Amino acid sequence: MQVTSPVREPLVTGGKTYKDVTNDIARQVEGKPTVGWLLGLAVSLGTLLIGSLALVATLWEGIGMWGLNKTVGWAWDITNFVWWVGIGHAGTLISAVLLLFRQKWRTSINRAAEAMTIFAVICAALFPLIHMGRPWIGAIWALPLPNTYGSLWVNFNSPLLWDVFAISTYFSVSLVFWYIGLIPDFATIRDRATGLRKTIYGALSFGWDGAARTWMRYESVSLILAGLATPLVLSVHTIVSFDFATSVIPGWHTTIFPPYFVAGAIFSGFAMVLTLMIVTRKVFKLEDYITIGHIELMNIVIIITGSIVGIAYITEFFMAWYSGVAAEQYAFVNRMFGPYWWAYWSMMTCNVISPQLFWFKKIRTSIAATFILSLVVNIGMWFERFVIIVTSLHRDFLPSSWVMFYPTITDVGVYLFTFGFFFTAFLLFAKFFPVINMAEVKAVLKSSSEKTIK
Amino acid sequence: MERDKHFILGIFDDEDILLSAVKEVRAAGVKIHEVFSPYPVHGLDEELGYTRSRLPIAAFLFGLLGTTLALTMQFYMMKFDWPMIIGGKDHAAFPDFIPVTFELTVLLAAFGMVGVFMISSNLKPWAQPRIFDLRSTDDKHVMAIDIASNGSVDLEQIKSALKNSGATEVNSKSFE
Repeated sequence: MQVTSPVREPLVTGGKTYKDVTNDIARQVEGKPTVGWLLGLAVSLGTLLIGSLALVATLWEGIGMWGLNKTVGWAWDITNFVWWVGIGHAGTLISAVLLLFRQKWRTSINRAAEAMTIFAVICAALFPLIHMGRPWIGAIWALPLPNTYGSLWVNFNSPLLWDVFAISTYFSVSLVFWYIGLIPDFATIRDRATGLRKTIYGALSFGWDGAARTWMRYESVSLILAGLATPLVLSVHTIVSFDFATSVIPGWHTTIFPPYFVAGAIFSGFAMVLTLMIVTRKVFKLEDYITIGHIELMNIVIIITGSIVGIAYITEFFMAWYSGVAAEQYAFVNRMFGPYWWAYWSMMTCNVISPQLFWFKKIRTSIAATFILSLVVNIGMWFERFVIIVTSLHRDFLPSSWVMFYPTITDVGVYLFTFGFFFTAFLLFAKFFPVINMAEVKAVLKSSSEKTIK
Repeated sequence: MERDKHFILGIFDDEDILLSAVKEVRAAGVKIHEVFSPYPVHGLDEELGYTRSRLPIAAFLFGLLGTTLALTMQFYMMKFDWPMIIGGKDHAAFPDFIPVTFELTVLLAAFGMVGVFMISSNLKPWAQPRIFDLRSTDDKHVMAIDIASNGSVDLEQIKSALKNSGATEVNSKSFE
């Protein structure tokens, strides 16, 4: 069935037929869980449980359990929030932006990347939610709801409120986009199943029958959703960066933040996709669908966005010097050589220097090297947010308030909780949902080669 | 014979053979009920003579509703219902309202369009679809021809039209 092209590398290797695609991917859903999967689930559920102690402590005692102080009012929690939101950028970018650019290689990775996006955004949303201290009455602070607590409406001039709208819209639109794509694949599983599984996947598949008329509408919906999601993806991290950029804190008050944050988000998101996909393809034996070609293309995106981030770091420095503002200049010198020099140089090494290794074809086509570098990038991106947030705050306008920030065990525990949640959710997804979009892979199986029958 | 009950099914292996078959079968004067595919086949809707989906229009209208609602809400709340001076700026700080307006436009456009899609295609968790051939969600394209709506065309003629156009199997299927 699969015709190989003399010109272009095939997107799916191994001479797969349509039937093979269904079998290879549905097999994961239908088979018994493997030992590796069960072990992974046990570890992530364990992490979730340990982390939930810290979460309960935060909710019970209040955010005094954290390492925040009078000077550094945002630190660990907002770092984690921005980090997770950044990771949550790859999925919709892959499925929406690459759809508009007709990049067919997205079909093998979009499903898992979107799932990752959704779970990462949930993890991100947790931090501002619990930072409110009393999240159970947080709805009236975050949403325009009539209430009797004081000033009636929320402040629409505040970027923090824009964030509420941006992240909830991004989450719900990504969820819908992801689910629409899942419907035809649930129908495939339904039609192979009997008994209880047929009932469950029958309900999940919403009565999909694959009629040409429905496919026509489906394609139309996908295209419009991609068109809507593309500016949405860019808007989310832009608005997150406004949280900082619209303030008057030296080191935050800069107009470069929106593009710089968006590039950083794509950078870290692709790194996390690579981390997850390298493991998934191995465990589920999907090497023919997620090929070295896919990994190489994602690594190229990492070099580009990583270099944009590197240029942004340097530009920030130049602008701080060129502005002639003493406070701004001090903030940047303090970043590089102050008490947090180690965080700054970790960020520089992980984000700017090490991804440049991907210029070598040997490295960007090596699975082991990609896996290690993808972890390095995510560590670097965590430090980037930490550096921006903490180094700018810890030197207050009054030198008498200058302090250091130290995370508490509760801070670490809440971060662990999000890891536990993220991996538990991803493992459940990988087992019970088709990890690769079968319908879309089948659609490119033939046309990805030049020798189509006319 | 009752309409929408008894069908002749042509099973196709390949999307390009299917596309040419749709053209040939329609040229032979046979009305096609529907084609079921495991994946979207480009150009199939045009060959079947379907008019373009109007879902983009629905999306636009819902988006417009989102824009209107968002702007109305923000001006009403910030300018008229409870005016507050924030940062010494005008109550009606229009540029500050753009982000929320954009987000609500996207939100309503996306949800509105998907809602219309679900309703128009009868997609709901409790829907019981009629499956003509189980392989149509796996690896085969299934062309269904309603016998009753092709009353004037001979049954054998339909079958031979399907066979000649490249169907690997020709089956019949009846629903209760």
